[in-house]
Amino acid sequence: MTSAAPILQLTGIGKQFPGVTALDDVDLRVLPGEVHALMGENGAGKSTLIKVLTGVHPADSGTILLDSREVTFGSPLDAQQAGISTVYQEVNLCPNLSVAENVLIGREPRRFGRIQWKAMRRRAAERLAELDLDLDVTAPLSQYSLAIQQMVAIARALEVKARVLVLDEPTSSLDTGEVEQLFRVMRTLKEQGVAILFVSHFLDQVYEIADRMTILRNGRREGDYPTGELSQVELIAKMIGRDLAELERLEERPPARTTGTLLQADGLGRTGGIEPFSLTIREGEVVGLAGLLGSGRTEVARLLFGADHATSGSVTLDGEPVSLRTPQIAMTHKIAFCPEDRKADGLIPDLTVRENVVLALQARRGWTRPIPREQQAQLVDRYIKALKISPANPEQLVRNLSGGNQQKVLLARWLILEPRLLILDEPTRGIDVGAKAEIQRLVAELSDGGMAVLFISAELEEVLRLSHKVGVLRDRRLIAELPNDDTLTTEVLMQTIASGGRS
Amino acid sequence: MTALTGAVVPRKYLPVLVTAGLFLAMFIAGGTRYEGFFSAQVVLNVFIDNAFLLVVAVGMTFVILTGGIDLSVGSMVALATMVAAVLLNAGWPPVAVIVVVLLIGAGLGLGMGCMIHFFEIQPFIATLAGMFLARGLCYTIGTDSIPITDPTFTAAAQTQVPLGGELWISPSVLIAVAVVGIAAYVLHQTRFGRTVYATGGNEQSARLMGLPVARTKLGVYTISGFCSALGGLLLAFYMLSGYGLHAVGLELDAIAAVVIGGTLLTGGSGFLIGTVLGVLILGLIQTVISFQGTLSSWWTKIFVGLLLGAFILLQRVISGRKK
Ligand SMILES: Nc1ncnc2c1ncn2[C@@H]1O[C@H](COP(=O)(O)OP(=O)(O)OP(=O)(O)O)[C@@H](O)[C@H]1O
Ligand SMILES: [Mg+2]
Repeated sequence: MTSAAPILQLTGIGKQFPGVTALDDVDLRVLPGEVHALMGENGAGKSTLIKVLTGVHPADSGTILLDSREVTFGSPLDAQQAGISTVYQEVNLCPNLSVAENVLIGREPRRFGRIQWKAMRRRAAERLAELDLDLDVTAPLSQYSLAIQQMVAIARALEVKARVLVLDEPTSSLDTGEVEQLFRVMRTLKEQGVAILFVSHFLDQVYEIADRMTILRNGRREGDYPTGELSQVELIAKMIGRDLAELERLEERPPARTTGTLLQADGLGRTGGIEPFSLTIREGEVVGLAGLLGSGRTEVARLLFGADHATSGSVTLDGEPVSLRTPQIAMTHKIAFCPEDRKADGLIPDLTVRENVVLALQARRGWTRPIPREQQAQLVDRYIKALKISPANPEQLVRNLSGGNQQKVLLARWLILEPRLLILDEPTRGIDVGAKAEIQRLVAELSDGGMAVLFISAELEEVLRLSHKVGVLRDRRLIAELPNDDTLTTEVLMQTIASGGRS
Repeated sequence: MTALTGAVVPRKYLPVLVTAGLFLAMFIAGGTRYEGFFSAQVVLNVFIDNAFLLVVAVGMTFVILTGGIDLSVGSMVALATMVAAVLLNAGWPPVAVIVVVLLIGAGLGLGMGCMIHFFEIQPFIATLAGMFLARGLCYTIGTDSIPITDPTFTAAAQTQVPLGGELWISPSVLIAVAVVGIAAYVLHQTRFGRTVYATGGNEQSARLMGLPVARTKLGVYTISGFCSALGGLLLAFYMLSGYGLHAVGLELDAIAAVVIGGTLLTGGSGFLIGTVLGVLILGLIQTVISFQGTLSSWWTKIFVGLLLGAFILLQRVISGRKK
């Protein structure tokens, strides 16, 4: 296979943004019929390389050979027409259009210029079925969760009969089952000779699917290796330039130094959202929520934050009954919620890092009492360091940060509030191994300091590593509450989910 | 109204339904209050008096669906009447005049589209420039009203197309209805139309999805320019004159009709039928006021203002509840 001529060959690619060298003399060789992983920390330049390749950004220097012919793409459309199909890092679809249109727009079946809606719906449903998805294809995309949108984006990319498929963190919001499904499709494509360029921060996934990998560090190519010849430890060392041992320091969680019950939900529920559940969260406790997509994890969080209205049940805080009708009320009770979809519910891309970080704090103080600039700078600096936000410039516009670094900014916004209950919905989505460990450590530290955390993640290892107690959800029901003792493993969790809590 | 939301009708149709309900309510209220109001001819007259506005509003709908705005339409209408009048008086054959006027409209629209797309100028600013340019061009042609005496144009002005019974419409209404039909087809059944919606939904995503965003944006401003020129011709049929002061403020009426019709100013959501209803409502307000007799025509503006406010609030409520 290695003897085959590369289908894609990038040589000496350079890309500057004002004040940042995103790519510096990067080479990349992708062979037909291989899955090639592009690895690197947040901000290493992976997405930029993909955007240069697919005509979103012009390259400052370097050449791109597709099938040994030099190409320059002026737009993603050009790249698509040349046979490169791409799923970009953030879900990039049109929320106002139907699912079917999102899969097929630009390639709709037509007769005499007229769109054949019926054929279109059928074809979209077929494409989605290949990914094991059964959706109402006439519904607007905005009705569906981020994960489903991500799957729809993948379905769209598969629609193009491409020779090169580029997937930039396609699995960041997916759970195990869907990842398996995606990998199955990737393997089939691979057999058909399609080359796949794949980005993920989940090392296990990379080792499962990739044949070779190219590692980027700070915009420079660190080398390319067959997956089998590089251990995970070596890979991380090459990505972050130091040893993993340093990161894995997060030991056994000490038992929560529980002083008292912070929040108690009794029969809280919402028709059509989640069935009534009861949950106790104590001070200094990290409660993990595990469950598949659409199992109701996010709904629990939204109810506790007042983003949705409960239709039944009650909540007490410090033993006092409270009514969490709106996020504002929840915030005055020192509850904070870091949502899953940073693009839709979170960051304001045209404001700077500093402005985004202090936003919630400022909102809580009231807009008539601005936070002094110096204090802002101090606060922001602390979190830029703690979370290793790069570039470490508080005045950088958030839109210019890499995906993982944007996620860190969002996290900083809520951490800065020093809430009593912090609800984190997929806080480490798209975050690299190093930073993930930092964030986990930070959460652990905060909870040791008395803060309660409700932690939602599709990654069961992460849930287990941090939580004192894990709530398991299935089909919009809280089916079990398991203390995190030595006997609780990811297998047990998966079994509980699969069996519906009856075991 | 709350009973309508939720499962019964998809939320995207709600604004249009509200507009339709409002139209019916106004018509019924007018009918119970005023003698002779309750007739089909009253509605047809609204069409006859507003055929040009309808055509202009169709173009505006395309632009607003992509998230843009076109402030130049009123001046473009005036320019079209002016060019038509001058050329006709110079002895050009009417068909040639119509073709030239439409080409000028489409060309100016395309020019504004280029400014917006290639030089990344805000649509508001680019079309504001177009608005001044077109109005200015009118005055370089002439400052007085120029009468049109061409037989084809006067025939178009005076012909009554019978609809059976006592009812009739003008040829302009037929043209306007045809434009609405074609536009609705284009928006819902063609790739271009769907790309218009996609661009309004999220321009950046649409580009990354490999859609021809550039072509689409140029297309909608060209269409809007074309529709303004056509609207100008219909106005010339109606007024039988070309004048630089025709259609002052028409751009605002067109925008109001589109918004009252339930199209989101941020783009990506709305229906052409809503625009038709919006134009009808604007026309019906004028009719009511003329039936009332005692109210000054400024009341039209006040009602339109109130309606606009109400509809923008409604849109907020609807899109705010969209999870
Ligand atoms: N439009 C832009 N303007 C300025 N700087 C940019 C822009 N886009 C990216 N950058 C910078 O380029 C660098 C590389 O970003 P890129 O998005 O390629 O990282 P990445 O490897 O994809 O990271 P992640 O894993 O977080 O997605 C970062 O320092 C980022 O801040
Ligand atoms: Mg990236």
